[in-house]
Amino acid sequence: MARLNLPCDEKTIRDLKVGDFLELSGRMITGRDAAHHWLVHGFQQEVAPILENSVIYHCGPVVKKHEDGHYSFVAAGPTTSAREEPFQADVIGRYKLRGVIGKGGMGAKTLKGLQEHGAVYLHAVGGTAQVLAQAVIKVEQVFQLKEFGVPEALWVLQVKDFPVVVTMDSHGNSLHAEVERASKAKLDALLGLSA
Amino acid sequence: MLTREQWTEKFVDVIAHASSQLPPDVVTALRRGRELESPGSLAAKALDSILTNIEMAKGNWQPICQDTGTPIAWIHHPVGMSTRMLTAAFEEAVRQATAKQILRPNAVDPLTEKNTGHGQAPGIPSVHCEEADAPDVEVHLILKGGGCENVGAQYSLPNAKLKADRDLEGVRRCILDAVQQAQGKGCAPGIIGACFGGDRGSGFVESKRQLLRRLDDHNALPELERMEQEIFKQANELGIGPMGFGGKTTVLGVKIGHLGRLPASYFVSVSYMCWANRRAGARISPTGGVQWLD
Repeated sequence: MARLNLPCDEKTIRDLKVGDFLELSGRMITGRDAAHHWLVHGFQQEVAPILENSVIYHCGPVVKKHEDGHYSFVAAGPTTSAREEPFQADVIGRYKLRGVIGKGGMGAKTLKGLQEHGAVYLHAVGGTAQVLAQAVIKVEQVFQLKEFGVPEALWVLQVKDFPVVVTMDSHGNSLHAEVERASKAKLDALLGLSA
Repeated sequence: MLTREQWTEKFVDVIAHASSQLPPDVVTALRRGRELESPGSLAAKALDSILTNIEMAKGNWQPICQDTGTPIAWIHHPVGMSTRMLTAAFEEAVRQATAKQILRPNAVDPLTEKNTGHGQAPGIPSVHCEEADAPDVEVHLILKGGGCENVGAQYSLPNAKLKADRDLEGVRRCILDAVQQAQGKGCAPGIIGACFGGDRGSGFVESKRQLLRRLDDHNALPELERMEQEIFKQANELGIGPMGFGGKTTVLGVKIGHLGRLPASYFVSVSYMCWANRRAGARISPTGGVQWLD
């Protein structure tokens, strides 16, 4: 299993291939539906330096607020990435992201964006909220908490050995497109629908 | 008799159980899937991570998944008990469980787009009260996440594209199509709850009620038992695998029910449940004794 420290440069990302296991360490930020909508409507100065050369994690965590005001993640698995498909490529380009973490994969527009900007799609195992929360060693700060609520806010995290798999790389390869095609062919055979 | 506040306490326990303790039959099915996958494959690694996660959540009584979903409860109560009281007690239990981080604040008002912050809103939780001939209250709960809910599907037969007619063969075609369409997005390996017949509303409710069944049970109707087995086998031949990484474990179970239909309508409603099939059942006596049901 290879290690990847965040932030990272384009060359490191271009070396990654579909099927690679990685353990991420360093700083990343969460963002899902409301966050992506917010990021593409304007240039959000306050979060731009955090996004640059780092990754955005599609995650709506369960969060505990401690008495002294600091936060910790109680449960933090990935959410379905497909919902960000209309926005993702633009967010990657505009904020110079090096990757996206989520589940379920993304479509053709994002795949093209990854190729163009030198970024990857990293798949975390859906539902493994405890395994992944354990890899979050610190919640540094949070943006848009009041406006978006806990699941949709942008949480800035320090992670250590956060496990992911590259399922879409920066060379136009997508494991999701591959599995989709193969399973469709099998379905057609099972239903006698083949041409 | 328990007071409303005492019912709330009991329901918080049921919610905590569902959120953190995966039923043994689901764990067994996941372990069996793990044995089938090739060592070192993405599928095997995903299942390893899932099995580790289940143990961590169980030991620490923490949410298995951060998307604690829509709480959907069926409450069977004795004759004469107030369903308004039971529903209100359950709603309060969801608010209390949310305050304790057993649940995520998971309810959004679509008019204002604001998260209510306490986990409750009209329709959330979804509580079905049914009168039964027993002195105890029986509650069955599933926590159904948004990712898997989004990949549910409803078909109106006949469907020319799938060559699906109004018969069991047509039902099979729809369910297999729904599994293929879902890919890994519903957090495969999933559990399929389906219903044929009913209207668009009742069909989906029944498909979800099927998810209360143990994975190792058998359908009482032989033709449906056969169809469940057949679809289970064929869905796993699709090769979608855990998380859609490719592999042999695409579904953990298929459960099919049926309802009466209008002569004009023939719906097949398919609900996809993620591997984190958070299901809990409890029988609660009038004095508050709790017996956990698998």
